[in-house]
Amino acid sequence: MHTVLQSPGESRSTINEQLTKADKIRLLRDMYRIRRFEQTSLKYYNLGRMGGFLHLYSGQEAVAVGTISLLGENDHVITAYRDHGHALAAGMSMNECMAELFGKATGCSKGKGGSMHFFAPDKRYWGGHGIVGGQTPLGAGIAYALKYKHIPGCCLCYLGDGAINQGAFHESLNLAALFQLPVVYIIENNGYSMGTSQKRSSAYKGSLAERAEAYNIAWDVFIGEDLYEVRNRTNIAVERARKAQQPTLLEIQTYRYYGHSVADANAKKYRTSEEIDDYKNNHDPLQIFGKALLNEEVLTQADIQEIDKAAKEEANAAVAFAEESPLPQESDILTDVYWEVDNQTEAAKHGSYFFNS
Amino acid sequence: MALITYREALRTALDEEILRDENVVVIGEEVAQYNGAYKVTEGLWAAHGDTRLVDTPISEAGFVGMGIGAAMLGLRPVIELMFWSFAYVAFDQIVNNAGCVRYMSGGLLNVPIVIRGPANGGTNVGATHSHTPENLLANMPGLKVVAPATAYDAKGLLKTSIRDNDPVMFMENTLLYGEKWEVPDNEYLIPLGQADIKRPGSDVSLIAHGRAVLTCLKAAELLAAEHDIDAEVVDLRSIRPLDEETVLNSVRKTHRAVVVEEGKPFCGIGAQLASTIQERAFDDLDAPIGRVAALDAPAIYSPPLEKRQLPDPQRVIEKVLRLS
Repeated sequence: MHTVLQSPGESRSTINEQLTKADKIRLLRDMYRIRRFEQTSLKYYNLGRMGGFLHLYSGQEAVAVGTISLLGENDHVITAYRDHGHALAAGMSMNECMAELFGKATGCSKGKGGSMHFFAPDKRYWGGHGIVGGQTPLGAGIAYALKYKHIPGCCLCYLGDGAINQGAFHESLNLAALFQLPVVYIIENNGYSMGTSQKRSSAYKGSLAERAEAYNIAWDVFIGEDLYEVRNRTNIAVERARKAQQPTLLEIQTYRYYGHSVADANAKKYRTSEEIDDYKNNHDPLQIFGKALLNEEVLTQADIQEIDKAAKEEANAAVAFAEESPLPQESDILTDVYWEVDNQTEAAKHGSYFFNS
Repeated sequence: MALITYREALRTALDEEILRDENVVVIGEEVAQYNGAYKVTEGLWAAHGDTRLVDTPISEAGFVGMGIGAAMLGLRPVIELMFWSFAYVAFDQIVNNAGCVRYMSGGLLNVPIVIRGPANGGTNVGATHSHTPENLLANMPGLKVVAPATAYDAKGLLKTSIRDNDPVMFMENTLLYGEKWEVPDNEYLIPLGQADIKRPGSDVSLIAHGRAVLTCLKAAELLAAEHDIDAEVVDLRSIRPLDEETVLNSVRKTHRAVVVEEGKPFCGIGAQLASTIQERAFDDLDAPIGRVAALDAPAIYSPPLEKRQLPDPQRVIEKVLRLS
């Protein structure tokens, strides 16, 4: 399944040559931060400190960090429910993310969204969406607004391999091509649509991204374990969006170490432990990028250990922050429903908005 | 004052708001070059061009969701649904995205979108094209629901809805598009959440929205002429926010209430109103609250029968007379 197809007519980008040593260390640090954030959140989920679902990103770090590292002040991100990695890569703090998982008022969404619904519009990060494929028309809309306002930016819209079979995604591809929208759809293909393998869930010829052919959209498919490669290949699509206002469909092949969610009772039944171990031992994105930086003499093994240690400490500090934070008040249940009501505008002065007896 | 159609009133509202705010963009099936499936947008594409009037493929989930995403970044899309019945293929986008993203982000964003189109039965197009989803959507905190009964209200409410910073579900009626009312030439706005007494009366309150208001007005005329009953007609205009005070004040005056809607009765707007009235004006009531709604089945095709399925003045009158 890990065949690499070159996008026809595109030359390889030189985007990685522009990275400074400090940039490279930051990228590795961001991957470790995601890895340790997820491990720590799993620990406290299992201790009963948070509710609901927890979809962990571990194993896929090079995708979020690599792709989002390409973005500038005019570029936007929107993703699905496995959203912690993208949130941290977009610049959200561990504190606000962990507090959200704990359902605390200091969470990024004041404890109103939970694991699947992290938001940070100030960082041009538009969620965190719980319904499979539901975010894909929104991604087109963000790109639509950019184009409408003549802003030379793009929107990266992530989805899983399971989401490609939702009608809303096909409608979005058609609209993106028809209106020539600067959106990059990124299928993070971790091989499993919850517990159903790619072959059992999707009809396809060579790859999932090849479906873009039907909409006359440029596409590419590549392995997402090497952060440099992720940046190289994604940058072509980002530039295509920014400069030519054209969409791209990318399929980045990756792997998740845990189940679909922590509540996935069959996580070790539909995948062999050999398959999971092979990825961890031979394809782990943190190990691969760490080794690359060692070879480049950007840092030492001791530096990597220090980065890892700092990431663990940051995650533990985020837990302490979350534990100490207050819960939302009961009165908070009824705020953030309507903008006009929250802002006590003239428009909100008439009629009843809530019907609690 | 000019006598204009409900359709022209909507068109004028769109035209004025397009001119007023560069972020207003009308998006939907056949809204531009075709001039609108029901001609609401006729002439607007010629006047404002491709940027402001955007034809879409038949992809309600796609273009409704696209509008929501664009609204998150500050555009004010007015999405036309050829029928509100077609919203059902975009239900996830409307409910989960337009309705919930503000809440789930802890108030970090808002969605200033209007989704508009006809939501009515009575045109012999069968059940799939005859849905009246105002109760479904008013059940979703985060969404606003508006249903004008006249050209005057249609214009004033649509302009307000476009300027509103929350998602507004704007429900029109194909049977009203060609009807005419007096509409002022100067600009005016009607706030959401403000009901209107369309006919003052002292004996019974007929409470309705949309075309059912006109049914109630006819019923009120007949009640006065044939039964010496003076009915007050309360037009809700907006379902959520809901002007409960005007409803309650009317009932406190007349001591009798009949709630009338073209939607289905179960969990309908009338059920909500009846609950509110009995809870807050029970002592003022001299009779149980009456309800009149569409007969509780999918919309029938057969033209003479569909007329019977929807509330008509006779059914309203019968209900009033049975209140005693």
